[in-house]
Amino acid sequence: MTQKNRLSGGQIGRDTTLKFTFDGKQYQGHQGDTLASALLANNVRLMGRSFKYHRPRGPLTAGSEEPNAIVELRGGARQEPNTRATTAELYNGLTAKSQNRWPSLAFDAMAINDRFSNFLTAGFYYKTFMWPAAFWEKLYEPIIRKAAGLGSLSMKPDPDAYDKGFRHCDLLVIGAGPAGLMAALTAGRAGKEVILADEDFRMGGRLNSETLHIDDAPATDWAAQSVAELSALPNVRLMPRTTVIGAFDHGIYGAVERVSDHLHTPDPGKPRQTLWRIYAPRTLLCAGATERPIAFDNNDRPGVMLASAIRSYANRWAATPAQRIAVFTNNDDGHRTAQDLLAKGVKIAAVVDTRPDAPRADAYEVLRGAQVIDTKGRLGLTFAEVKLADGTLRTIECGALGVSGGWNPNVHLTCHQRGRPTWDDSLAAFVPGGTLPPGMSVAGAAIGALSTHGALTTGAAAAKKALGLKGRTPATPKAEDAPVSQTPFWYVEGCSRAWLDQQNDVTVKDVKLSHQEGFRSVEHLKRYTTLGMATDQGKTSNMGGLAIMAELAGKAIPEVGTTIFRPPYTPTAIGAFAGRIRGMEFHPTRLTPSHYWAKERGAVFVEVGNWLRAQWFPIEGETHWRESVDREVTATRNSVGVCDCTTLGKIDVQGTDAAAFLNKLYCNGFAKLAVGKTRYGLMLREDGIAMDDGTAARLEEDHFVVTTTTANAARVYQHMEFVRQCLFPDMDVQLISTTEGWAQYAVAGPNSRKLLQKVVDPAFDISNEGFPFMACANITICGGLRARLFRISFSGELAFEIAVPSRYGDALMRKLMSEGAEFDVTPYGTEALGVMRIEKGHAAGNELNGTTTALNLGMGRMVSKAKDSIGSKLSERPGLNEADALIQVGVKPVDPSKAITAGGHLMAETGPVNAAHDQGYITSAAYSPSLGHMIGLGFLKNGAERLGERMRLVSPVTRLTVEVEIASAHFVDPEGERLRA
Amino acid sequence: MIINHPLLGPRDSAEFTYKGDANLINRPDPETASPQDWHDYAYLRDNPAGPHRELWFHDGGDRSWLVVTRNTLTHEITAVELARDVARAEGRSK
Amino acid sequence: MRYSGFKVIKEALSGHKGWTPAWREPEPQSHYDIIIIGGGGHGLATAHYLAKVFGQKKIAVIEKGWIGGGNVGRNTTIIRSNYLLDGNEPFYEFSLKLWEGLEQDLNYNAMVSQRGIMNLIHSDAQRDAFIRRGNAMKLNGADAEYLDLDAIKREYPFLNFNDARFPIKGGLAQRRGGTVRHDAVAWGYARSADQHGVDILQNCEVTGFKIEQGKCLGVETTKGFIGAGKIGCAVAGSSGRLMSKAGMRLPIESHVLQAFVSEGLKPVLPGVITFGAGHFYVSQSDKGGLVFGGDIDGYNSYAQRGNLPVVEDVCEGGMAIMPMIGRARLLRMWGGIMDMSMDGSPIIDRTHIDGLYFNGGWCYGGFKATPASGYAFAHLLATDTPHDTATAYRFNRFETGHMIDEKGMGNQPNLH
Repeated sequence: MTQKNRLSGGQIGRDTTLKFTFDGKQYQGHQGDTLASALLANNVRLMGRSFKYHRPRGPLTAGSEEPNAIVELRGGARQEPNTRATTAELYNGLTAKSQNRWPSLAFDAMAINDRFSNFLTAGFYYKTFMWPAAFWEKLYEPIIRKAAGLGSLSMKPDPDAYDKGFRHCDLLVIGAGPAGLMAALTAGRAGKEVILADEDFRMGGRLNSETLHIDDAPATDWAAQSVAELSALPNVRLMPRTTVIGAFDHGIYGAVERVSDHLHTPDPGKPRQTLWRIYAPRTLLCAGATERPIAFDNNDRPGVMLASAIRSYANRWAATPAQRIAVFTNNDDGHRTAQDLLAKGVKIAAVVDTRPDAPRADAYEVLRGAQVIDTKGRLGLTFAEVKLADGTLRTIECGALGVSGGWNPNVHLTCHQRGRPTWDDSLAAFVPGGTLPPGMSVAGAAIGALSTHGALTTGAAAAKKALGLKGRTPATPKAEDAPVSQTPFWYVEGCSRAWLDQQNDVTVKDVKLSHQEGFRSVEHLKRYTTLGMATDQGKTSNMGGLAIMAELAGKAIPEVGTTIFRPPYTPTAIGAFAGRIRGMEFHPTRLTPSHYWAKERGAVFVEVGNWLRAQWFPIEGETHWRESVDREVTATRNSVGVCDCTTLGKIDVQGTDAAAFLNKLYCNGFAKLAVGKTRYGLMLREDGIAMDDGTAARLEEDHFVVTTTTANAARVYQHMEFVRQCLFPDMDVQLISTTEGWAQYAVAGPNSRKLLQKVVDPAFDISNEGFPFMACANITICGGLRARLFRISFSGELAFEIAVPSRYGDALMRKLMSEGAEFDVTPYGTEALGVMRIEKGHAAGNELNGTTTALNLGMGRMVSKAKDSIGSKLSERPGLNEADALIQVGVKPVDPSKAITAGGHLMAETGPVNAAHDQGYITSAAYSPSLGHMIGLGFLKNGAERLGERMRLVSPVTRLTVEVEIASAHFVDPEGERLRA
Repeated sequence: MIINHPLLGPRDSAEFTYKGDANLINRPDPETASPQDWHDYAYLRDNPAGPHRELWFHDGGDRSWLVVTRNTLTHEITAVELARDVARAEGRSK
Repeated sequence: MRYSGFKVIKEALSGHKGWTPAWREPEPQSHYDIIIIGGGGHGLATAHYLAKVFGQKKIAVIEKGWIGGGNVGRNTTIIRSNYLLDGNEPFYEFSLKLWEGLEQDLNYNAMVSQRGIMNLIHSDAQRDAFIRRGNAMKLNGADAEYLDLDAIKREYPFLNFNDARFPIKGGLAQRRGGTVRHDAVAWGYARSADQHGVDILQNCEVTGFKIEQGKCLGVETTKGFIGAGKIGCAVAGSSGRLMSKAGMRLPIESHVLQAFVSEGLKPVLPGVITFGAGHFYVSQSDKGGLVFGGDIDGYNSYAQRGNLPVVEDVCEGGMAIMPMIGRARLLRMWGGIMDMSMDGSPIIDRTHIDGLYFNGGWCYGGFKATPASGYAFAHLLATDTPHDTATAYRFNRFETGHMIDEKGMGNQPNLH
């Protein structure tokens, strides 16, 4: 018999025995246990250590508000730090370890901190460790960091999957206690779409923890029957193990379903957890209430628990923390614990009731007007020191002490849109108030209806009201309706080392010091003392701290303030927020039409935005990427090369005002572009800075095709729609992005025409006369396939771009390769493309960096003064037109064997090297196989006037200094004879 | 957030891209505007704490620009219009 | 009172009876030489330097709530000076130097922790840009270090090198970057300012400015009229709201930026890491929480809270770059109001109203700037000339075309 503290009854499956280990030791529990209930049943109270003083800790609660019993659950890559033993469902083979202790939980060397607690008061670290300055990072901080923290990560990638999903309903009911069940029944029976979500794996809320009756039967029966009825309703969705973590705008709720956390490992294909986004026009918060503790000295020993939690363990889990238990209460609720424990055969040492007029009991001793003032027991409670009404002291032997200071409604979700709860004097508690998230209402204990009757009636009424249901409210089942008698009793007079925040070790003494030092608002209090900042988010500690501060300040509690609660309601796995968006699925991958062909050719690919593009095409014998790239450049410049440029944005512009529209968009003129012609265009932002460049081809009178850079395709399209819809709404022009619709290949090099003549249908004359530089046309190829041909050149060679509907892209590439064999046609990738555009001095993303103007790019004269265009006016500002403005230039090393680095800065040949003498910078650099040395593009002050000047290119972070000569950016064929050939 | 698109009904705001104050529709008249007018248009904002008329682009949908009236304190949306209609109503044409 | 290890021990042995309030709670005087509106990091720092360095007397800081309750208490605590442009880099490097001597200057341990910041690089173009930036930093006297992939693997073995959609290609490190305990910055400046005679007036909201004949004479507040020779506004996200009371429109929009902290964990991260192919940056606090963030939500907001899509976006970035954090739990999320300017850079300048000065437009980067911002604003208020490192932060730069646009996104604040 191992489960020494297992009681009779309860809602556990005794037929199923589950084996588990804690700190390596084997235990047994049952189906339906939590890790905490099973450990308690095995007479284990010590489950953790506190954050600062490393004090021994056992469970304080039986739910998600738990500050103390947090463990490292599972092992290997699934290790899960800071997991609440009070909510972790037991499964066969569960392993858990205690955390934040060394070498063992029972003997923790860091507990020495407790001896020095007098030195380690709130905020002590702000007052010391300042000398000498360098010692902080080297000495003090590493020690503090090592001692701090709680559990540890495995440092291995999380092996489990997470999902995301969307759900809609008429009414979202949060919490499946009596109020939530009644609300769901009311709405469900009326045929409304209802989602009922509860963080627990068993619905019923407090009903599962009490020995109450509803309609003269055990309340647990009513809960089970209600759940059964609801699950039979097709319009009701029950979501157990689902925590609603946040109330976001416009009725959107975040909820996390723990799909597989109750299993050893997720079933194949199943996620560990699912993040649901629930769209709910109406929400009913039935989150219940949390019992609040009372502060007294050494109230943090394992065995000191909330009275309601002891009741939960006894009634629901048939487990008790000890065989002899005392209760410390200021209200009638504490007596329930004594009664329920007695009924299960647990001895009651005494009920210590602060009220002089506390009810008497025959079955156990009631110490009226008495207070627990201290406790004893190194690793767990052994004695409670009680001060009786007459001032005499009495020591009570007990293994557990149930504490009840009344109940706080769980208002958390009502605050998620920064609404503040209001103080209710009759309850001596904060209740939902102020501005609730739109669509939310509250029922049951969460709104202060603390009796079962109150929960049932407010649940039904609130559901009816939220949904506007007509008709009589059906009678609610009969249930207890005990009056609420909460007189505040926050702490025992004169206490000092009395814990408020048990995880972070914040005591009454710290709150007093905080007050003494002027940190008196609630925001200062929590930041200075760390009260409420632990993993339990202050659910059991904030109120006590607030109440003590109020008393010290001589103010009412609401005057000191309320800390508002922020999402998530309970800490939530980061993996759940990410879902499947990780690894290679982090962003979608866009493949070009020639991708599979390129893969067959052994291309090396590179990420360009979301695209994968061929970077180069290595052939046998090549051992370095430069060999491949140099070969591709040389082959293209000498014969013909082909490059997939589909990724460039393509926007179809149609309508009678298409030309006028483009004339507004581009800073240079487009109104008079002839049909069948293409023009380079530079687009400015309205602030006068270059936004993007590309070409616009006039295929027909009312039809243009605009290209954008790959990187800016989406942004340019959005900008064009803005100009169309918002600035010139009456222009007859339509836009559509056709980037994916057309496969487009650059065919470049002296033999490009000859190659294309083999695929272009003979009806189309593409000779230099018939199809000169910058011509464009709708054509057909390969015997009738529609295509578009543009005579444009990024490489500086005689070149074309040919486009076919995307589904023919792969075939066209293969065709070009086979037809081009006689010219040794060479596919080239983005590297060779980059080399050739640098050789030609064409700006690309590195130059169009969002801070450069047409003037900087050497295209100042392109900005038409004869017309209005986007950005033309603001481009005239003096700061953008200074005499020594940066102008794009080329650079080459004086010694051709030297390297040039993009990102290097330009300095005078002699003199200081610092920011004050900075003359410009290099944007792009490449080895030019055509010239046999490296070349670069860059921006240089007054660069146009400085060709031939020698300068120093310095790049301190890559430890490079090289003498360079400023050159024209057009390194290859500056006259442009090749592209007109 | 949920934006009630005038043509498509309620849509999650994640389908949209935000630009800013709807006053960006009122591009100065290039014939008459002063440099100060251009500066004020491009750079100054009312930035109200309260109702704000602002431009959203439905790039994950029908590519409409919308003028959304949304309270910057509460995020409550009280009106959604097609920006093109707003632009026309404010006298913009070609 | 001077703080020291000795004092801590002495108080511990004598029942902590000797600690006094960190700052007074004075009643407002009828007139001050200089009033700073905004009891956040920048406002309190301004007051500190005005009193301590510039010898100004009769100074008040007016705060509508509790000091340190705005962005200085709700940021991700990062300090760095890894800027590119001439207008910015000297200023942020000046700030970093002030951070390095802050604790001794204030006699307050704000836990300035120079554990380094690492910007990851995922493409060739990004590498070119970061090298340019690193060079600009070094040319301005800051530190910067380019790390190749092998070095990154050695220093950060837990990053995703296996199945990254955007593989890591290198990184730009600034070893002197790091983190600071943010609340302590506000408290340290407040305490020091108070000790130098500055009145810190909490729960005192400015309801209007008294402006006559183009000169600002004082402020109307919830505690009555307070006259002043000069008034400096440093209210971050509330800049638009406040300056509209003086009839001003600003080149600023207010946006929400969310930040996140995980449960406490044993040490995982050496310093600050930023993901270059998504929106995610992270550090680990001394308490053990992963402090992380990402992009702004992207719409104008004064609500101090955000929405799920950005929460998901940030966590997706986190999982993409360090998939070992999947089982760590997000403990709290919160939002701050960012004064996003039109070029992503701040303003420290006089206004067109005599006696009224403005400090704002810090976007999501105000925390690291706190010391230099306070120093430069104090310089401006005391001498009516801009500090050497802050000469570019003028209102009129948008009229003249001298924008300081680090990201190159132009006049759309939510893109900076």
